[in-house]
Amino acid sequence: MIKCENINLSYENQQVLKNISFEIKENDYIGIVGENGSGKTTLVKAILGLIPVDSGKIIYLENKNKIGYVPQKNNIQKNFPATVFEVVLSGFSSKNKFIPFYSKKEKEIALNNMKCVNVLNFKNKSFQKLSGGEQQRVLLARALNSAEKIMFMDEPVANLDPVATKDFYDSVAHLHQHHNMTIVTTTHDIENIIKYANKILHIDKEILFFGTTEDYLKTEYSKYMIGSDHYANN
Amino acid sequence: MQIINSILEYAFLQRALIVGLLVVVALAILGVNLVLKKYSNIGDGLAHVSFGAIAFALALGFSPLQFSIPIVIVAAFVLLLLGDSAKIKGDAAIAMMASVSIALGIIAISLSGGVNISIDSYMFGSILAIGKSDYLLSVIVLLIVIITYLFFYNKFFAITFDEDFALATGVKVKTLKALLSILTALAIVVGIRMIGTILISSLIIFPASSAMLLTDKYKIVMVLSIFFSIISFLIGLFASFYLNIPVGASIVVSNFILFVISFIYKKI
Repeated sequence: MIKCENINLSYENQQVLKNISFEIKENDYIGIVGENGSGKTTLVKAILGLIPVDSGKIIYLENKNKIGYVPQKNNIQKNFPATVFEVVLSGFSSKNKFIPFYSKKEKEIALNNMKCVNVLNFKNKSFQKLSGGEQQRVLLARALNSAEKIMFMDEPVANLDPVATKDFYDSVAHLHQHHNMTIVTTTHDIENIIKYANKILHIDKEILFFGTTEDYLKTEYSKYMIGSDHYANN
Repeated sequence: MQIINSILEYAFLQRALIVGLLVVVALAILGVNLVLKKYSNIGDGLAHVSFGAIAFALALGFSPLQFSIPIVIVAAFVLLLLGDSAKIKGDAAIAMMASVSIALGIIAISLSGGVNISIDSYMFGSILAIGKSDYLLSVIVLLIVIITYLFFYNKFFAITFDEDFALATGVKVKTLKALLSILTALAIVVGIRMIGTILISSLIIFPASSAMLLTDKYKIVMVLSIFFSIISFLIGLFASFYLNIPVGASIVVSNFILFVISFIYKKI
């Protein structure tokens, strides 16, 4: 669906991504892992066209308005006045170019997606008054409205408690299995991602590993990551 | 009611009422996005460019509105490009462009024979400013601004709330930002003759800021912002008429009073 060929990217003379080449195929569930500063977020932003690359190609075989994106929550300014429903509906804004209002059908889809990730109860609440986990699920519902084929997520469970984390992964797994959604997510949560993702992309500025989760678990990298994760949690 | 009689009696007051209402409503809705996106100083920059363009038009004997509309649209583009460029800081770029526009305008006027009354009224606004000839064009331009805004309401929300998400999902963010900027330019260029170059940007900032003190829902911010802009305009217009004070200044002061009331209401 999306091909990356030899992506290089640097910030102020510091190389952040080096010769990254890989392909996202239909119905993949790719977990992008790596340590802090390894370039995970930058890679996702580069693929989505939010940051220009220095060299290399990103080839889209899919229309951009079929993509969903769950950014890191700190992207959104604090105290923005908006209800949950307003935020979720904005997921449709790349569609329907010549109709000024959201259609009945879109509202139905939005309500359905809100139900799916369990935020329907807050529909008319202010987005800024929700907890971190609730806001994250609202952003997932918004992304579901725009995502028809592929969903990118950037550290989606970073601020969630264990129960909310499991809920979140289950919602995503449901999408992947029952709605054929291709999932690409960065995460620090190595223990969960190896349970859910079928492929792992491990980067440290360059690709250290890309392949099935099964194969990844046989590598040194996985042992190191899982080890350090335990260390971090204890 | 004496007010209604006055409006029926004086054609200039009717024109001021209609154009003024459209100007304040247009600026109030655009203001919600501009304030939230921290672009509100673009309004100030555009007002100064409008002044420069109008001064040139008067010096050269052209129709001020027809001459300045295309110039201000170009300026809106340039300001946006400068704002996004990393080489010059956006706010510095706007300030530079604003003062150069005023400077060129003043030079044009002085070369053509000195300051006259109409330039003064463009600086501070005048209730008499909407002449018969410009009235129709003003109304058409403002209606286009408001209707276009409503048409793109949801998209403007999307780029204001989360520009990255919009961009990632294929929304034409750059085009929409340019459009927002052009709509602002149009509302300002039509409005400054009545409100005044130095005062008009406050009509972008005040209604939205007052509304945001009272609610945290976007659509209600929009509705309250329109409501505040209309109320403060009517109070300002009638105060101006009866107390014989400049209309732009009295509208700004009534906006300020509404802001203070909202602020106190929020604290209680």
